Amino acid sequence: MRLEIKDLHVHYGKIEAIKGVSVVVNEGEIVTLIGANGAGKTTMLKTISGLRPVTTGQIIFDGKDISKVPAHERVDLGISQAPEGRGIFPGMTVLENLEMGKFHRKNRKAEMQEDLEKVYHLFPRLKERVSQAGGTLSGGEQQMLAIGRALMTRPKVLLLDEPSMGLAPQMIANIFRIITEINKTGVTILLVEQNAQQALQRAHRAYILETGNIVKEAKASDLLNDPAVREAYLGTGAH
Amino acid sequence: MKIRNYWNLRDFGANLWENASRPKRVAIALISIGFVALLPFMGASFLATPIASYDAVLVYPVGMFVLMSLGLNIVVGKSGMLDLGYVAFFAIGAYTMAILGTTTKLNTWEVMPIGIALSMIAGVLLGIPTLRLRGDYLAIVTLGFGEIVRLVLLNSSWSKGPNGIANVPMPPNIGPLKFELENQKVFFWVVMAMILLTIWMIRRLTVRRPGRAWEAIRQDEDAAELMGVHTLKYKIWSFTLGAAVGGAAGVLYASKNLYIAPEMFTLNVSILILACVVFGGIGNIWGVVIGATILGYLPDRIRFISDARLLVFGLVLVIVMNFRPDGLLPRKKREKAIVKREANA
Repeated sequence: MRLEIKDLHVHYGKIEAIKGVSVVVNEGEIVTLIGANGAGKTTMLKTISGLRPVTTGQIIFDGKDISKVPAHERVDLGISQAPEGRGIFPGMTVLENLEMGKFHRKNRKAEMQEDLEKVYHLFPRLKERVSQAGGTLSGGEQQMLAIGRALMTRPKVLLLDEPSMGLAPQMIANIFRIITEINKTGVTILLVEQNAQQALQRAHRAYILETGNIVKEAKASDLLNDPAVREAYLGTGAH
Repeated sequence: MKIRNYWNLRDFGANLWENASRPKRVAIALISIGFVALLPFMGASFLATPIASYDAVLVYPVGMFVLMSLGLNIVVGKSGMLDLGYVAFFAIGAYTMAILGTTTKLNTWEVMPIGIALSMIAGVLLGIPTLRLRGDYLAIVTLGFGEIVRLVLLNSSWSKGPNGIANVPMPPNIGPLKFELENQKVFFWVVMAMILLTIWMIRRLTVRRPGRAWEAIRQDEDAAELMGVHTLKYKIWSFTLGAAVGGAAGVLYASKNLYIAPEMFTLNVSILILACVVFGGIGNIWGVVIGATILGYLPDRIRFISDARLLVFGLVLVIVMNFRPDGLLPRKKREKAIVKREANA
């Protein structure tokens, strides 16, 4: 289940947000896309999940170009996104949120309990809050819910948009530990982050995105020790 | 806290219903329906409307407002799309009845499915290009649609322009039940049946796939799409069902009023129906029913103060919305949060 993005261009009106980006995510990998605000990270994920239309370029998943496939059908193919800023359904309970993750599956009754158990195993906190409204959860719990809900769709590739945003340091460490755990169950992960330190420690490979262009691609561990990267993303300037 | 619960009519009602056994539920439903069906006979009580005929008021505005508000509530309340041109579907239904009723031998019941179908087709045709828009943009486009329909009716020869269409036939009698202008009880029962049918339809859909899809779309459209909800399809469905109810109301309205003209289908109607929905409690069927009943009934009840009645009407709206910003009978709390996030680059 290789995900390959080839020479992708994406526009918002006349403004070009993504200017010819190529990214490869191999099966079983955690790949991270790091960059500052406005670099185009979220746009990249939205384009892969289908929320933003592609101007030109290809998104090849499992050997097929899916750049024209509508977002709701990409879920069936195995691409699932936990949106930035959580994007949970604030008025639904935790359980109803998780159940929405099975909306696209026909025989969802049979799988439902099994997958709910898996999610509760990863996030025991969610089990304690099953009947609580999503909007009343803390930031960290909402992030867990967003990831849990994405997992309910049985993704082959999980797209995570800034899972650390706005969370306390302890919660950040916790979320990243779980991301590694999810990856070990065979889910390929494309992780977009501003928190470069954590992301690079967890990822296999990394891309650095600056104003719509990939400026660097390397093994994550190499980037951690790269002086220029340390200066720009891991120093005092890091978020 | 206990005392508060008594004042929370929604939860009080919901508890009563959920704790009731099946026979008890049937009894509650039958008694309520029976009570409403007997409303036209209560004209001699304090309910009486001065000047306007009481049972006529129950049909229009009250019954029609309830019916249309329920239809609009599918669009605005259930799936969260602001539709300011709802009157267009009402007009399409009404003109279908007027034109077919005066030029063919089809009676009201035979025109009804045609009127509904045409409204739905209009809903789909409008929906496909415009439901990609969100929020304010959709509101403007639907507002324009409402005006376009009215202006077309005003300027076309087949609709007899500003003169409107007169001599629309009344519905044929149903057995011993006669449709009369002086005595509109039968009209009321027909509207009531249509309202019950609409409530039944909405309740069925709400607990099934479409209901969950609408709820997800209303709360976060992008997230819904990411969960595999074909958002455009479900939005068009919602829009079209709302249109169908509006069209059905239009057919009956033309057949009751016997005369229709473009001036009856102005933006005011759309706004008034929207006000009924918001006033009663957006998204909650029973709230909407109560809101539309009050807003339909009140102006006629206080007609004796003549010109000041609209002032009172406005005051009631302002005061109630200040004390109950979510409407008289709001939807459940946890369903209320609507988060609209800007598209983020």
